[in-house]
Amino acid sequence: MKLPIYMDHQTTTPVDREVLEAMMPYLTDQFGDPSSRSHAWGWAAEEAVDRAREQISALIGALPEEIFFTSGATESDNLALKGIAHAYQEQGRHIVTQQTEHRAILDSCRRLEQEGFAITYLPVDRDGRVEPEAVQQAITPQTILVSIMHANNEVGTIQPLAEIGQIVKARGILFHSDAVQTVGKIACQVDDLQLDLMSISAHKMYGPKGVGALYVRKTRPRRIKCTPLFDGGGHERGLRSGTLNVPGIVGLGKACEVCTRLWRAEGERLAQLRERFVAGVMQGLNHTYLNGHPTQRLPNNINLSFAGVDGEALVMGLTEVACASGSACTSTTLEPSYVLKAMGLDDALIHASIRFGLGRWTTQEDVDYTVQTVVRRVQRLREMSPQYGLLARRGDSRQGSMNTLAQQSQKP
Amino acid sequence: MATPKSGYSPIVIDHFQNPRNVGELPDANAQASVTNPVCGDVLQLRLKITDGRIAEACFKTFGCEAAIAASSLLTEMIKGKALPEVQDITPEMITAALGGLPKVKLHAAALAEEALKEALKGYEPSHG
Amino acid sequence: MMPRVYLDYNATAPLLPEALEAAVPYYTSNWGNASSIHRQGREARVAVEEAREQVAQLIGAADARDLVFTSGGTEAVNLAIQGYAFGNRSRGQHIITTQAEHPAALDTCRALEQRGFDLTYLPVDGLGRLDPEVLAGSIRPQTILLTLIHGNHEVGTLQPLAALVEVAHVRGVPVHVDAVQAIGRVPLDVAAFGIDLLSLSGHKFGGPKGVGVLYIRAGLAATMQAIVHGGHQERQRRAGTEDVPSVIALGKACALMSQRLGDECHRLEVLRDHLEHVACSRIPEVRRLGNSADRLPNTANLSFAGVKGEALVFNLDLLGIAVSTGASCSSRQGVPSQVLAAMGVPPETSEGSVRFSLGWGTTDEQIERVLDLLPPTIQRLRLLSPLP
Repeated sequence: MKLPIYMDHQTTTPVDREVLEAMMPYLTDQFGDPSSRSHAWGWAAEEAVDRAREQISALIGALPEEIFFTSGATESDNLALKGIAHAYQEQGRHIVTQQTEHRAILDSCRRLEQEGFAITYLPVDRDGRVEPEAVQQAITPQTILVSIMHANNEVGTIQPLAEIGQIVKARGILFHSDAVQTVGKIACQVDDLQLDLMSISAHKMYGPKGVGALYVRKTRPRRIKCTPLFDGGGHERGLRSGTLNVPGIVGLGKACEVCTRLWRAEGERLAQLRERFVAGVMQGLNHTYLNGHPTQRLPNNINLSFAGVDGEALVMGLTEVACASGSACTSTTLEPSYVLKAMGLDDALIHASIRFGLGRWTTQEDVDYTVQTVVRRVQRLREMSPQYGLLARRGDSRQGSMNTLAQQSQKP
Repeated sequence: MATPKSGYSPIVIDHFQNPRNVGELPDANAQASVTNPVCGDVLQLRLKITDGRIAEACFKTFGCEAAIAASSLLTEMIKGKALPEVQDITPEMITAALGGLPKVKLHAAALAEEALKEALKGYEPSHG
Repeated sequence: MMPRVYLDYNATAPLLPEALEAAVPYYTSNWGNASSIHRQGREARVAVEEAREQVAQLIGAADARDLVFTSGGTEAVNLAIQGYAFGNRSRGQHIITTQAEHPAALDTCRALEQRGFDLTYLPVDGLGRLDPEVLAGSIRPQTILLTLIHGNHEVGTLQPLAALVEVAHVRGVPVHVDAVQAIGRVPLDVAAFGIDLLSLSGHKFGGPKGVGVLYIRAGLAATMQAIVHGGHQERQRRAGTEDVPSVIALGKACALMSQRLGDECHRLEVLRDHLEHVACSRIPEVRRLGNSADRLPNTANLSFAGVKGEALVFNLDLLGIAVSTGASCSSRQGVPSQVLAAMGVPPETSEGSVRFSLGWGTTDEQIERVLDLLPPTIQRLRLLSPLP
C-alpha cells in the first residue's frame, strides 16, 4: 500500500498504463498533424484519430462521426451551451438546467444571461436529485435546450436522465448532459438517455488531461446546428477549429476502450468498496452523514459530513490520504459548496464535508486504512471542538439544521 | 479498395509512378486538349485510329496525381479497342478501373472521359 | 528501409525528447489536478507555475502571470481577437488586419464581421509585408485592435514589427501578434516591442500539441472577455483543468529554446539557404516566393514551373519526403493559397509552389537527400506535361 492514498478520483485520475503506452508513439515518431493531407505522417495521424473516434463512440453507443474533439469537458460544456444557444436563438432564448451542475455549465449560463437569455436553474431535493416533473413544468415554448448532468461530481447522485430525456424529447427540445463522471463508469448510452449532446472528459476516466469530446447526435429529423467557440481552419467539420491534439485523442480513445472492457466489473468492485468504506466510518463515528442519494449514486463516490469538524482542517490533516472538501474548482475560495447548499445542508455541515473518490487501483487495504485514519482524525478534531461538544449533547445535528427546500427555482 | 494511408489505391499509385503511353504521337489523327477550369488541370490526349480501332493512344497531363493516373489508365483502357467499344466509357468506369478515387479527386476521371469524348468527336475518318 | 525526411515543421514538429521526459512523471506519478489543495495538487501547481516562468522568459514577458495557457494557438488567437473585441466593444467596433493572415485569425475576423464588427483587411506587398504608412492611413477613431501575423506560415515573412507597433500605439490602438510560427524560431521580446497581445502554439517548435499561450499585457486582461467559462483557472481568463503534462513539456521546450535560439536560428538558416540555393541551381525555372531577408530561418517556398505542387508533394511522399503545398484540390474551393494571392503571386505560380519548412530534427544529410531527389522528380513531372 502506497502512501499517500489517492482518494480524489472525481477531481482527476491517473493515466492508465495501457493508455500512456498507446499515446507514446504519438509523442515520439508519429508526430504528424492529421490536417497534413500531403504525406504519410499526416495520414498516420488521421488514422489514429479515426480509431479513437470509433473507440469513444463504441463506449457510448454513438456513431464515430458524432464525436467532436475538444480540449476537455469544460470546453465541451461551453460549446454545447453557448453553441446551441447562439445557433437557435431565433427560435427561443430559454434554457433549463439545474443548481448542482458543474461550474462550466453554470458560468456558461451566466454568460448567456448577460446576453439576454433566460435560464431556469431547477432545484434539487435533499439527495441532490432533479425531479423529472420539475423539468416538464419548467419547459416553455421558448425553451431550446435542457442540460442536466448525468451524475454529480461532489455527491455522486445519478440523475434520472432517461425519464427526463423522455419528457424533453416529447417536447421536441435538444437535450444535453455533462456526463463527465459517468462515461466509462456506469451504463451511459446516448440512446437510452435520449441525449442529443454529451460532454466527455478524458482525465476523469484514466485518460490524459487536455482532451475531451462533445457528442452531437446526427440521426435526427434535422441536423443539429451548433455555433463554434473558436474559428480558424474549420477542423472537426467546422465545429472546433485548431490542430488536433493527437496524443491526447489517442489517449482518450484508448481510455474509452479500456473502460468498455472493465466498467461493469470495476463498478461492482468499487460499489462494494464504497459500502465497506461508509459502513466502516459509520461504525466508528456518530453524527456522520452520507450526502447524496443512498442508492442512485456513483459506485466510487463517498461524500460525508462530519458534524463539528472543519472539513479543510480534516483534509489538510489527512496527510496520508488525498481527498477533497468541496470541489477542486472552488477549493481556492472559501465559499461553501453550492452543491451541498442546493441540497439544503446548512453552512456548518457543508464546511464539515469531505469527498472521497475511489478508483481503478484502490484496494480494500486502502479503504480500511483510510477509514481508520479518518475515524481517528475526526475523533481527535472533535475532542478539540467546542461545537461538537454542544452537538453531542443536543442529539442528531442534521434534523435541526436542514433548510426547507425552496419551492421556486432560484440561482445558487 | 483505397489504401488507408493516402486514400489512393495501389493502381493509382502505380499509374502515377509508372505512367503508360506518355508522349506527343506526331502521327495522331484524333486529339483533344481539355482543361478543368476549377483546378487548372490540363489533359492532352492524342490517338491514332486505324480501321476503326485505336491503334495508339498517348497523353500528356499537367495536373495532380489523380489526373496523371487517370490519363495513364485511360490510354491503357482504350488502346487496341474498336471505336464502338470506347464510346460508352464513363467517368465511373475509369474511377472503378483505378480502384476508386477520393471524392475530391473524381474530377480527374471526369477530365479523362471528357478528353476521350472530345478526341472522338473531332475525328473524321478519312474516306477511301 | 527508405530513409524518411520530414520538412513540414510549419504544420507541426516532433516533440523534443527532453520535453517529453519532463512531462512523463506528470502522467504516471504526479497526476494531481493543479487546483487541488492536497500534496499531489500542490506539486502540480508548482510545476505549472514554473513552466509559465519558462515560457515568459522565452518571450521576454516581465511577469509570468500575464500568460494564459490555452488549448493551442488557434484558441489563443481566438481569445485575443474575440476576447478583446467583445470586451472593448463599447469603445469601438473597427478592427484592422491583413489579407495574408493565418486562417485562425482570418476566420475569427470574418466571424466578428458577422457579429457586427467592421473589419479592414489591409493589402501586403509582394513579399508579404504590411507597410506602416498603409496601416497609418487605415486607423480611425473607432479602431480598437490591430491583429497581425509575424512569421508567415507559407513563406516565412517577418513584419517590420517595431514600426507597425509604433504607428498603432501612437494612435491608441493595441496590437495582437500571431506569433505561432515565430516563437522558438526567431527572438521576440514582447516587452521590447511593446506588444499588447501575443499568441503562441506549443507544437510548432518542439513543444507538445494541445497547448498554447496567450500573453496579455498587464492592464488589458480586465477588459477582455473569456471564451471558456467555468472555474477560476488561469485567473478567470480560461477555465478548465490545466493539462499539466503538456504545460510542463511546453515549459521545457521553451527553456531549451531560450538557451539555443541564436544557434538554432543560424543552423536552420544555413540549411534552408543551402536547400534553396542548390535547388535553384540544379533545377531550371524555379521561383523563390517571399522575402529573402527578414523572414523565418526555416521556411522556403519554391514554385516550379510546369508542375502542379500537389503532384510534386505526392511524389515526394512516395520517396519518403514530407513537404506541403498551400494549393490543392481539397483546399478551400480550389483557390490556390490565399496568402500567395495577397502577395500578388499569379495563380499558376501558386499552383506550382511547395513549402519546405525545417526544424530541430533536420540534418545536413536530410537536405542532401532532398536535393538529390528533387531535380529528377521535377524533371519527370515536367516531361509528363503538355505545357511548354
